[in-house]
Amino acid sequence: MSENKKQNYLNHPKGLMSWILTLDHKRIGLMYLVSGILFFFLGGLLALVMRFELAAPGNDVISNEVYNNAYTLHGAIMIFLFIIPAIPGALGNILLPLMVGAKDVAFPRLNLASFYIYSFGALFAMYTIINGGVDTGWTFYTPYSTQSSSNVVPMTLGIFIIGFSSILTGLNFIATIHKMRIPGLTWYKLPLFVWALYGTSLVQITATPVLAITMVLLMLERFLGIGIFDPALGGDPVLYQHFFWFYSHPAVYIMILPAFGIISEIIPVHSRKKIWGYKFIAYSTLSIAFIGFLVWGHHMFTSGQSVFSQIVFSFITYFVGIPTGVKIFSWILTMYKGQVSFTPPMMYALAFLFLFTIGGLTGIFLGAVALDIHLHDTYFVVAHFHYVMQGGTIVAFLGGLHHWWPKSFGVMYNQTVANIAALGVFIGFNGTFFPQFLLGLRGMPRRYATYDEQFVELHSYSTFWSGILGLSIFLAIMNLFWSFIRKNKVDPGSNPWGGMSLEWTHTSSPPHPHNFEEEPVLQHGPYDYDKVIVEKTYNK
Amino acid sequence: MSDHNPNAPSHLKHYFHDVNQQYETSKFAMWAFILTEVLTFAGLFVAYIVYRSWYPDMFVDAHKLLDVNKGLTNTIVLITSSLTMALAIWAIQKNNKKLSVFMLVATFIFALAFLGIKYLEYSHKFEVGQLPGLYYSYMGPDAMHLNNPHIFFSIYFIMTGLHGLHVAIGMGLIAWLIYSTQKGNLTSEYYTPMEMIGIFWHLVDLIWIYLFPLFYLIG
Repeated sequence: MSENKKQNYLNHPKGLMSWILTLDHKRIGLMYLVSGILFFFLGGLLALVMRFELAAPGNDVISNEVYNNAYTLHGAIMIFLFIIPAIPGALGNILLPLMVGAKDVAFPRLNLASFYIYSFGALFAMYTIINGGVDTGWTFYTPYSTQSSSNVVPMTLGIFIIGFSSILTGLNFIATIHKMRIPGLTWYKLPLFVWALYGTSLVQITATPVLAITMVLLMLERFLGIGIFDPALGGDPVLYQHFFWFYSHPAVYIMILPAFGIISEIIPVHSRKKIWGYKFIAYSTLSIAFIGFLVWGHHMFTSGQSVFSQIVFSFITYFVGIPTGVKIFSWILTMYKGQVSFTPPMMYALAFLFLFTIGGLTGIFLGAVALDIHLHDTYFVVAHFHYVMQGGTIVAFLGGLHHWWPKSFGVMYNQTVANIAALGVFIGFNGTFFPQFLLGLRGMPRRYATYDEQFVELHSYSTFWSGILGLSIFLAIMNLFWSFIRKNKVDPGSNPWGGMSLEWTHTSSPPHPHNFEEEPVLQHGPYDYDKVIVEKTYNK
Repeated sequence: MSDHNPNAPSHLKHYFHDVNQQYETSKFAMWAFILTEVLTFAGLFVAYIVYRSWYPDMFVDAHKLLDVNKGLTNTIVLITSSLTMALAIWAIQKNNKKLSVFMLVATFIFALAFLGIKYLEYSHKFEVGQLPGLYYSYMGPDAMHLNNPHIFFSIYFIMTGLHGLHVAIGMGLIAWLIYSTQKGNLTSEYYTPMEMIGIFWHLVDLIWIYLFPLFYLIG
């Protein structure tokens, strides 16, 4: 059989309807990927508009009102339309059934429904933009969000709807991981990406319902003046913050846990060495998911909590550092004496280690009550958040895309260009956000379109490098999609990085419509580089 | 991939090994879904706790404006409907289609009765203006001294309203069960949908078991 004629999920079945009504997890994953990347570009464009405005102190490019809209939409789009749905939705959907040896997720129809619910919610978000935006910040704090005349309701309605998509995906993944594994694939033989998706899904199903009800209460507050969040009607605006962060702090782990999973796959494969501390990494995922539910108060140190709750929240916050540190050290020890190759996925993994460590350590600064009161609402928080979310999650996401690209789509991108782009992302990222730590320490508050003359140097520096960062990300993604046009096909049986989990050893690239030609039989664990030799095979 | 086993029952989806795996997966996911439902209501229970601790006297006095008899009747109606739901599952396990359909119809009627009584309660509150938030306008002598009673009614309407929505959705699902059982799609071999909807229905019942004392029986 010629490789071009081989049946795979991309070319069989054919026709537009076979995509719109597909129940195939790989096709649904691809649809999530494309929509996620579109929203990523949209959110990124808004970020560049803001950086452009901030290149000089005055209102040079956009007005304060437009700036308020830009940062609100940037945050809301990146978080609710890209990071939360796209990584589990795209990489998780494509890979999870392959990694557990299943023909599909547990509920394929529900999976497709999740995608359409997500799209429907995204329509409301897009309507918000067309209708003049929303200016409350992505956190929608009351009482301003109940008074603002901008489009709070369509945006929160969109987030409410997308929440259901997130819950259903989480349910689907948990059921798949529990019940769809092939015989012999026990919990400790699962790839760590599956453990990461498990932790993520647990947080998705337990935290998102609280967000949903919070958004309902916020909308009712605007429609009926129910008084629950409105001090003028006897309510408490801080209760909104408690509800919001009870979801949104765990949501940070919805965003970062899949990234941890991706890194746990890339590092052993590209170092050709057994992962160090498998169980430590697996259990640290679960403990992060658990501790994540107990620390929401650290977002509210300046909201008038009692000193006692501040101390308790601060204390528990430090516990997050333990499982996170365990992961970082395990990854570093995995590379130790391994055959590290500087392939594009590995470049992103190394960038992740560096950037996420900075993001994590500055989180410890912010967890300390006394320091936080000084740093609250400054660029220090902005920089910390972006080191974790962009330097962590998005860099890992790019790494994961490069790692599984030949597997998912059967084509290989230009690796030199990919490495250059990865380097550009790393340098551009540090150039953009490291100055923001300094800005924050010097007292530059976030969410302002104008600033004092003394900050101009650091701000313009940050703006310059943000351009490099934007171009590098664009280059990286275009290089990936260019591989379709280049038609640089990999051999269907190839294993370009020498991976050991089922998706590398038992499926063709791109996979068969039903994933496996015949039911896979597990021969070795996902990281048994000390026991079995797996060749790197690649037709070029 | 392996083609469909000609001996496989028609309700077995191709991506499952066997009937048992399919059943276990559905049941597991249903319980996870129940967890999300509990957490949805948990947010509202927290709001209830916060405002009851802020305004303890107002909650006690405002609850006297609710009709305990209607609430009690509804509690009995809903608990009975849980019983008939369980009996419907028991009947289909015994392959007694007729009894199962009868029990499902009874469950549906009880659910309808619950919503009917709820409608009477709501319409009375709409008439006298015991409404959420800014729409609160009740000025009766028993409410003159109350401090922010609209918050009590906001929470009352949101919690019972969300619960009522669940009852209505449950009725839709039960109607579908009646149809498929009557058609013979559900048998003692395969009754997973009935069992899953049964779990959902018991949750709806259980939430009411908490709502009833918290609103009607305080003080």
